[in-house]
Amino acid sequence: MSKKQKKTLLRIIIAAVVWLTGFVLEHIIDFDSAGRFSVMGIIHLAIFAAAYLIIGWDILWKAIRNIAHGQVFDENFLMSIASIGAMIIGEYAEGGAVMILYQIGELFQGVAVGKSRRSIAEMVDINPEFANVERDGVVSEVDPSDVAAGETIVVRPGERVPLDGTVISGSSELNTAALTGESALRAVAEGDEVISGCINTNGLLKVKVSRPYSDSTVARILELVENSTENKAKTENFITKFARIYTPIVVFAAIALAIIPGVIQSAMNGFTDLSGWIGEDGWVYRALSFLVVSCPCALVISVPLSYFGGIGGASRYGIMIKGANFMEELAKAQTFVFDKTGTLTKGSFAVTEVVPEGMTENELLGICAAAETYSTHPIAQSIIAEGKKRGVTTTAADAEEIAGYGVKATVNNSTALVGNHRLMERENIPTPTVETPGTVVHCAIDGKYAGYIVISDEIKPGTPSALAALKKHCNAKTVMLTGDRRAAAEAVAKQAGIDEFHAELLPDGKVSQVEALYEAKPENTTLVFVGDGMNDAPALARADVGIAMGAMGSDAAIEAADIVLMNDNIESLPTAVRISKKTHAIVMQNIIFAIGVKVLIMLLTAVGITSMWVAIFGDVGVAIIAILNAMRSMRIK
Amino acid sequence: MKKTFKLIDLDCAHCAAKMEEAVKKLPGVTNASVNFLQQKFTLEAPDDQFDEILKAAVKCCKDVEPDCTIKI
Repeated sequence: MSKKQKKTLLRIIIAAVVWLTGFVLEHIIDFDSAGRFSVMGIIHLAIFAAAYLIIGWDILWKAIRNIAHGQVFDENFLMSIASIGAMIIGEYAEGGAVMILYQIGELFQGVAVGKSRRSIAEMVDINPEFANVERDGVVSEVDPSDVAAGETIVVRPGERVPLDGTVISGSSELNTAALTGESALRAVAEGDEVISGCINTNGLLKVKVSRPYSDSTVARILELVENSTENKAKTENFITKFARIYTPIVVFAAIALAIIPGVIQSAMNGFTDLSGWIGEDGWVYRALSFLVVSCPCALVISVPLSYFGGIGGASRYGIMIKGANFMEELAKAQTFVFDKTGTLTKGSFAVTEVVPEGMTENELLGICAAAETYSTHPIAQSIIAEGKKRGVTTTAADAEEIAGYGVKATVNNSTALVGNHRLMERENIPTPTVETPGTVVHCAIDGKYAGYIVISDEIKPGTPSALAALKKHCNAKTVMLTGDRRAAAEAVAKQAGIDEFHAELLPDGKVSQVEALYEAKPENTTLVFVGDGMNDAPALARADVGIAMGAMGSDAAIEAADIVLMNDNIESLPTAVRISKKTHAIVMQNIIFAIGVKVLIMLLTAVGITSMWVAIFGDVGVAIIAILNAMRSMRIK
Repeated sequence: MKKTFKLIDLDCAHCAAKMEEAVKKLPGVTNASVNFLQQKFTLEAPDDQFDEILKAAVKCCKDVEPDCTIKI
């Protein structure tokens, strides 16, 4: 609590004690029978007036001051009118209670909003406080923004990497949780790139800074999060507009209610009995209750607070959402379009199948890996990597690369031919037809066919379950777009559980497919495009929501997308959808609850069923409940 | 030019919307936003008149919500 809030709390306590004294006395002593202007009546008024002024003087003052500035439908003014009105018609306890409870509500709002703001700020607290820069052999602590690209910084264990750069000496493991939401450590050594915002866990690193702080990953993410509240959701704009007309309407309704029925009723008895008009539970009293519920605060605060909390909560999972509007759109998504390579698949090649003939899998792999030792081709690299992984690589002598065909090498004193089917044809070795999608590498030893290895882009382990989750929660139609061969695309689509795929597309073909899907999507739903941010900026822009994956360190992706998944884990996507849907649900609950309760209270008040006490609940109680509900959005799992 | 300032003692969300509305209507203002949750005020105006417009905006905010100050 701030100093100002503590002071308000103290005033609330004092006023409440005075008010309670009056309330108890009211039940012991019969003030009413003595008449309002008797000594007893004045003591009665004085007690409640004291409580009222202790708690309400600043509201009254603000009301007067704001009227002078032309702010008519100001909540301070409305509360002042309602409470003073109650005092005038003799409802002292209620007049005092309106002010006390209003102040409690305001205080609570202030504390709750401050708390949410701080906890959201903590969630995105990735800002490095200092950098240890090495200048002329001396290490000194400076502000990260004072370090230029090309300088050398030292990152000690436990410190946050302050700037993006390349490791020039040392090795360590980095905790990327603050950026990606993943707790796995990332090993870095000399020559590796490090990204600002990560925490260095154990080793000492010397890093050559690659770009200034203002362009660093941390600065970009912070900017993104800070600007996110500027992109307002449609619901937010609706509430702003609603608030603008709600208060005047309720106030005019109150004025009408205070005058018209009272005048008619009194006219019928020839103005001899005014109690139905200005007396207890009369029309004026009811009209005052209207003023109490005329503030739309519950909505005006809780709606943006829900979105802000949802955006903050999502950032814990490495999901950066650029605005509440995208959260709202994502909640309505039913068409999910994916780029294949790098999004559904790992984007790196790996051995997916080893089919030997006349030897074991490991023997075949060992020979191939040995033969490819000197090749730098990505396909060869993936065979070497798999050989190393299984620990089966043997050594090769005099390997000779036959460009466009493969390799000829001597392994274990035999001649090994490793390459494509054209190599086998050239050497007149019969090869089987392989149906499996992917790149096939054949092998022959001493002129005899020995089997083949299939290399393909692997599907990410989380892809099928992520797509299944989208299906389950959004009834989603999933579409995959790729420039790859049909066979390869089909295999991935089948494994991933994709509904529809379009293969062999040129880059602009992807955009026209997105456009076609956009036209075909069901009404009132949105289309999401998920890509890795490379080469698919037009498709990201064309979709209602563009999501870039694995964006840590990729400026282009952060720039082009509406939602950025910092990690490479596609399972963040259903998480993002879930958070958006729940946040949207919380917003709708609050809108329906707040408007519903207020309208209901006004109806019941108009016919005289409820008292001002219920109206106070309609103002303060509803606001508190709506804010508490909104705060849940921060903790959606 | 677009600049962001911190707001102190901005207590009511409703007033934030009113402040935003009022500043947007000032002559010369390209865009303005008052962010209640982050307690921030962003003003966008042509470079050559920025200081004058900022002064007008500060006064305007004071009129709408006298309790709230813009930290410059």
